[in-house]
Amino acid sequence: MSNTILEINDVQKSFGGLKALSDLNLKIEEGKVHAIIGPNGAGKSTMLNVCIGQLAPDSGTVTFNGENMIGKAPHEINQAGISRVFQTPEIFPDLSLLQNVMIPAFAKREGAFKMNIFRSLSNESDVQDEACQILTDIGLIGQLHTNAGSLSRGDKRRLELAMCLVQHPKLLLLDEPTAGMARHDTNKTIDLLMKIKEGGMTKIIIEHDMHVVFSVADHISVLAQGTIIASGTPDEIKGSPKVQEAYLGGAHL
Amino acid sequence: MKTPTIKQDMLVMLIFSVVILTMPLWLEPLGANYPDLLQKFAIFGIFAVGYNILFGLTGYLSFGHAAFLGIGSYTAVWSLKLLTMNILPALLFSVLMSGLFALLIGFITLRRSGIYFSILTLAFAQMFYNLAYSVLTPITNGETGLQLARDDARVIDRLFSEAGEGLPSTDFFGLAMSGYSGFYICAVLLIIAFFISQRIFHSPFGTKLRAIKSNQTRMKYTGYSTRPYLLTAFVISGMYAGLAGGLMAATDPLAGAERMQWTASGEVVLMTILGGVGTLIGPLLGVGIIKYFENIFSALNEQALHQAFAFMPDWLANIMVFLTSPFVGEGWHLTLGALFVLIVVFLPGGIMQGIDLIKKRFSSPSKNSKTEHTSSEARLEKAPENGQ
Amino acid sequence: MDAIFLQILNGLDKGGAYALIALGLTLVFGTLGVVNFAHGALFMLGAFCSVSFYKLLTLSKQVKDESITFFDAFKEQPYLEIWFGDYGTTIIDLAVPLSILFAIPVMLLIGLIMERGLIRHFYKRTHAEQILVTFGLAIVLQEVIKSFFGANPIPMPAPEIVSGSAPIGVLFGLGESVVYPWWRLIYLLFSGVVIAGVFAFLNMTTYGMVVRAGMMDRETVGLLGIDVERRFTVVFGLAAVVTGLAGVMYAPILPPDYHMGMDFLVLSFVVVVVGGMGSLGGAVAAGFLLGILQSFASMNEVKSIIPGIDQIIIYLVAVVILLVRPRGLLGRKGVMED
Repeated sequence: MSNTILEINDVQKSFGGLKALSDLNLKIEEGKVHAIIGPNGAGKSTMLNVCIGQLAPDSGTVTFNGENMIGKAPHEINQAGISRVFQTPEIFPDLSLLQNVMIPAFAKREGAFKMNIFRSLSNESDVQDEACQILTDIGLIGQLHTNAGSLSRGDKRRLELAMCLVQHPKLLLLDEPTAGMARHDTNKTIDLLMKIKEGGMTKIIIEHDMHVVFSVADHISVLAQGTIIASGTPDEIKGSPKVQEAYLGGAHL
Repeated sequence: MKTPTIKQDMLVMLIFSVVILTMPLWLEPLGANYPDLLQKFAIFGIFAVGYNILFGLTGYLSFGHAAFLGIGSYTAVWSLKLLTMNILPALLFSVLMSGLFALLIGFITLRRSGIYFSILTLAFAQMFYNLAYSVLTPITNGETGLQLARDDARVIDRLFSEAGEGLPSTDFFGLAMSGYSGFYICAVLLIIAFFISQRIFHSPFGTKLRAIKSNQTRMKYTGYSTRPYLLTAFVISGMYAGLAGGLMAATDPLAGAERMQWTASGEVVLMTILGGVGTLIGPLLGVGIIKYFENIFSALNEQALHQAFAFMPDWLANIMVFLTSPFVGEGWHLTLGALFVLIVVFLPGGIMQGIDLIKKRFSSPSKNSKTEHTSSEARLEKAPENGQ
Repeated sequence: MDAIFLQILNGLDKGGAYALIALGLTLVFGTLGVVNFAHGALFMLGAFCSVSFYKLLTLSKQVKDESITFFDAFKEQPYLEIWFGDYGTTIIDLAVPLSILFAIPVMLLIGLIMERGLIRHFYKRTHAEQILVTFGLAIVLQEVIKSFFGANPIPMPAPEIVSGSAPIGVLFGLGESVVYPWWRLIYLLFSGVVIAGVFAFLNMTTYGMVVRAGMMDRETVGLLGIDVERRFTVVFGLAAVVTGLAGVMYAPILPPDYHMGMDFLVLSFVVVVVGGMGSLGGAVAAGFLLGILQSFASMNEVKSIIPGIDQIIIYLVAVVILLVRPRGLLGRKGVMED
């Protein structure tokens, strides 16, 4: 049995009268790809928002690597080793692709604040090489100096993934990485996810596309009405009648 | 955009220095080579270059930078009064003092962004302005403005010589601050200021500032504490404003509160925008154009207009004079306002955008339409979603 | 006690002006999402509506002055007096209140031209660009006024019957020595009526309901098949009229000059931000609050404790409120956060 890297304990979160998360408990094992599935409005994105410090939970704890994450600022959580790919790509539209990837690389190397005014960006060859390597992996190396804002939506998503990967996070959160993608792009993304899976990086992936989920996940948890109703290997989940009823409805498979 | 290499940067610096230092020569045909105007170019150049570090890189629109200009001026005059007529300590103190105030004001105002930040900076500048006229009169000398007097202490100067007859004048170790030597001192400071700004623009630090402008949320989730970055940029630009204010006092030892009025902040915003926000050289172009035309236009009067249109038939000349006279002399501000509107409507990227467009049109006409398309697309996406 | 009573009145009266200006500003911001730095200029234009109307009424002809008999003297006599005699004199005396009728169509027209001609092209642009373009427009407007009316303030008389002071103290049992200028009481009443009118329009008419819905969520209202653009134009016109009227009635209190708009612009922005961007009730509340605070801060007793407080109180309050309540008194979440 491997180590638990992220532990969510009894987390509650309400928006007004709406209970988004109730008694949420979840353990993520190190080195695994953990998929979270569930119907719309089940609280999947809320859960990620709590993990990265975007939302403060009403009660409960989130422990990462043995350290309490509640009350920490988003940048501290990132520096602790959690990176996130958002549902709508959050990139730097006014900067070049290279700069988009160099910025997170600097964050990893230099920490949350460094005043390096008298160094030239063009002299930072280490960081540049690293960024170029990732951009090659992701297939965007040809557009190194174009502005990220002019990319297609699919490319923006892949760029954001590159921005997270360059930080070599201990835990990578992916919020529907293939939503709105054509089948061809989805397959490309699956290949990519499989490739980085070999690196042993822990990942939580939220996904609607069961094809993606069953291709990449080691472990699946089903979230419904703010709580985990089932957890297990892909085969266990496929066979669970409870899940079929709550979410899959059988027809999807 | 690709970041230029150090070699390219140094080349730019060399060309820039030559252009600035030879200004008295090449501005002669334009009739703008007299020292007063040249000094103004350099001083407002420093102000705008510094302002651009905040507004151009981070996108935070401050309406309070005139306060730092004023603080710089007052500090410099006090140094000239109490210590020495040498401008070196005066400038050092101006930069330090405005840096301190920028640290304090920035620490408070940067808790908010967007229009809230603009209003907070505006509120601070107005407080300084109002106080300078009322309670702070012992320091600012109220409406008269702070001036030198013959019997000022000037402790350091007194160590070396007795007070002379009449008002002493400012100098830099013997170099007079008036006339061309004054311009060259300002010009050298402008070159240094520009050099620092270029380094910031092309450093990882500057790129991070632009990333904050582009998407601050992403910056936070990428592991950056954004506020120290913003505060550093704010303080640096406040120090630039302080230096400019100090130089104003060094070239003309008088500091008045009107220098702190928010319309003065508006002026530096205008210069920056006109030239091109976020470009290195743009703000300087803006300064040059505005200060030059201010000089020319405000000196014109109806008589001069009649002479200018003398080649036309009388009736046409009269119409032309009638149409143009509200825009010159006292009406220079009308021209300025109209220019402002036209620039923002048609060239939001300022003159630098215009130059880019022209360059593209000449280099590859086929590629042109495509790039324009993408840039307008990018702007649409950037447009904030209001009222949510 | 008397002093405090008068300061409250003073504050309410100042606050009335702040609230009126801020109301128009926040209406434009809330519906159109435009930060309008030319708003102060609308106030100034309103004040100059009353100036031009007064000049129009007093257009004069040189006539022989008959009171002087030993030589031919001439004096200027307004046409109105020549034509209507004493009625003409009365009409001229009532110039300021009558110019409201003149200002409504003029300000509406100015508002419509501004919105159609310039502002509407900036709905999708960044706030910084909106600020800059309207700032430029404000400079243009004030310079135009300067070239027509000169740089000096132009005193405007209040109608004669309300030119004195009202023995307001008697009403509240404070004795006859407590008096307050009639015109300023009228201004307070007037601002109350206009504010009530705007709220009634927004709350009781279907048109107003759509406008309020637009303030909440513009896109959805647009999707419902309502011509939002046209309503924006009307809202801008309405804001221009409200602000212009605030200026018209203010003319006898503060002699209009070309840069009064800029002075009030900064203040009104502070009021709007303190009230909460896009909140109408917040703007009104903050207007009165800041007015009262300001008049108390200018009492000698207060000034002797904290010198200079009267000069900065408004900005100080703005800074404190923004730091404690990021969205102002009654602001909604997510408005202008970036």
